[in-house]
Amino acid sequence: MTYLHSIWRNEKSREIIIQIFVLLCIGWFLSWLISNVDANFKALGKDISFEFLFIPAGYDINQYLIDYNNRDSHLRAGIVGLLNTGLVAFFGIILATFLGVTIGIIRLSKNWLASKIAYWYVEFTRNVPILLHILLWHGIIINTLPHPKQAISFADVSFLSNRGFYIPKMLTENGIELVYLFVVIGIIFSILFMKYAKKKQDLTGAQYPVFWINLSVIFTLPLIAFFLSGMPISLEIPALKGFNFRGGMYMSPELAALTFALGIYTAAFIAEIVRAGILAVDKGQKEAAESIGLKPSKVMSLVILPQARRVIIPPLTSQYLNLTKNSSLAIAIGYMDLVATLGGISLNQTGREMETMVIVMLIYLSVSLSISALMNWYNNRVKLVGR
Amino acid sequence: MSLETYKPGSYPNLPPPLGTVGVSGWVRNNLFSSISNSLLTILSVTLLYYLIFGIVDWFLLDAVFDANSKIECRKINDGACWAVVSRRIGQFVYGFYPEAERWRIDITFYAMFFAFAPLLYPDVPKRKYLLWFSGIYPILAYLFINGGYFGLTKIEYSLFGGFMLTVIIGVTGIVCSLPIGILLALGRQSKLTVVRTLCVCFIEFMRGVPLITLLFVASSMLNYFMPPGTNFSILVRVIIMFTFFSAAYIAEVIRGGIQAIPKGQYEAADALGLNYWQKTRFITLPQAMKISIPGIVNTFIGLYKDTTLVVVIGLLDPLGIARASLADTKWNGLSIEVYIFVALFFFVSCLAMSRYSLWLENKLNTDHK
Repeated sequence: MTYLHSIWRNEKSREIIIQIFVLLCIGWFLSWLISNVDANFKALGKDISFEFLFIPAGYDINQYLIDYNNRDSHLRAGIVGLLNTGLVAFFGIILATFLGVTIGIIRLSKNWLASKIAYWYVEFTRNVPILLHILLWHGIIINTLPHPKQAISFADVSFLSNRGFYIPKMLTENGIELVYLFVVIGIIFSILFMKYAKKKQDLTGAQYPVFWINLSVIFTLPLIAFFLSGMPISLEIPALKGFNFRGGMYMSPELAALTFALGIYTAAFIAEIVRAGILAVDKGQKEAAESIGLKPSKVMSLVILPQARRVIIPPLTSQYLNLTKNSSLAIAIGYMDLVATLGGISLNQTGREMETMVIVMLIYLSVSLSISALMNWYNNRVKLVGR
Repeated sequence: MSLETYKPGSYPNLPPPLGTVGVSGWVRNNLFSSISNSLLTILSVTLLYYLIFGIVDWFLLDAVFDANSKIECRKINDGACWAVVSRRIGQFVYGFYPEAERWRIDITFYAMFFAFAPLLYPDVPKRKYLLWFSGIYPILAYLFINGGYFGLTKIEYSLFGGFMLTVIIGVTGIVCSLPIGILLALGRQSKLTVVRTLCVCFIEFMRGVPLITLLFVASSMLNYFMPPGTNFSILVRVIIMFTFFSAAYIAEVIRGGIQAIPKGQYEAADALGLNYWQKTRFITLPQAMKISIPGIVNTFIGLYKDTTLVVVIGLLDPLGIARASLADTKWNGLSIEVYIFVALFFFVSCLAMSRYSLWLENKLNTDHK
């Protein structure tokens, strides 16, 4: 008895006992779950198999990045859905970043009125559920935009109606390779030039207008190539046929509503992050920068923002992740993303809840975990080294 | 310009230059301090002008508050058609809870303020007795709303809906997720490898997947994991999922708070000879909770807003009722009105929560500023 007592009094052995106990409990719990699933599946005559992925899906998807028709497999439908998730996340992130940074800076502006407007924008947007934003934008687009016959036309090549936004599609012809090549050359040049300019500035203090030079190089080089190779791009212009437009590129009202809603909602959070990040930079830094005679724009770009970046980027990334996860609400307005295809229609058609949900969750999980891993790496790299 | 000379100490106290104090000074400093600033002001004023006039017209002046259908609304005036809301206000608040029994919801709702008051405000009079009430309130509320005892009719869960459902899911989720979140945060910081790994896996899984997939699991798969024949209500399953989901987020917030406590605090606690639980209860948690209040309240607000997702698995929360109303041919196409009405409800309740958190933060702030 005293022996047992002393084992329990010893910290090391007590820890081991507790851990073994926890492991046993968890093991028992998991085996209980598995046996339940097994019993339930036997009772229903089901099994677990992923063969359903390769049978034809049989449903249509109106917005796709890779070719798809309803005779393609569930797997392909899932990939189309995944790409659609990526598409809306991409547009949403661009909109949210642009809007969020602007509003975050306006909130710090000395102009009382503008900063109050920005403040109320943030309060109004982030206190309303994202699903409501999505449904509201969808409602606005569907109910207030005109029918295709009265579509708002932009120079007769792009059309906006309640069936979506149609823009000309670029069709590539022979000789386009030269343009691609020049795009790559332009990018390589600008990276090298950026490095050179930085080195030059570190050594001598001389500054080049890096941004403008690079911008013009990236645009002019492909343009020259475009004319050299005899303009190898033609446009397919959408045209009204019957009740809707045909041809061209197409942005469905669902995609537009989702992009606006996600962008505007996430922008409110990003604005707060940007504001907090700028405020986190010590006031002395700004005063010191001003006292050595830097212009206000240089104070911002050379002193404040580089220091704010360390504070801003981790929560900013998690907002991007949130936006991507929130895009799964697409199912509420019928935009065919990953959850709506694989976890929605495929699930209902094949009755394989377990398999489809496992795939969908694993995909989201791997995206989030890999981005968190990247963030941890970044945090460690930019961390201020303390004692 | 003539120079006047004064003897030392006899310089008269002149008033500050015009335009630096008072209203005009304020306007000049805050609105027209530079050219770009003035442009921004003019832009803001124009924006506000159109926004306010457009909104007031549409919302109130041209709005129709009662009519039988959308067409009738449009005949009367061309502003918002609030009739779709006013005609169905009962459903928006109570869902399909029987009309004769709705007083039960009202009483439970008002009693909730008495139950929460002693928890939220430490200076409430008679706090000691009210705290007992807070303790038994959840059981009372459950019995009262659900019925089946003391001669109250039993009400099926499937009839629950509207704002009442939002509050039920939100409040239950909030109350249950805080303790679980604290335990998860402690587990994640634990020295025991097995416990730590389990907590990390749980937290990362919950944070890594969208809530909607968890709700799908709750609605279509959770029964597979239970012994054959078990069948518990979809509402309970949904609340469990919400609780776990927000517990994982709260755990991360509190972990941040725990990590922000200076190391000296632990060393001092060890030096006093406190054991693990004493250290946690008296040193770690009080400080960690204080630091993490804003984060915790933000998570609560998030949970509260996320309750709207239940519409996707077919529960009739305010959005479910809204969509049901829009499906009615009489009210077809009034989605903007309905959604704005629901949005206002969420705006008010979430703003109240965030204001409370600001108040609490200031109250607990013991920094020497």
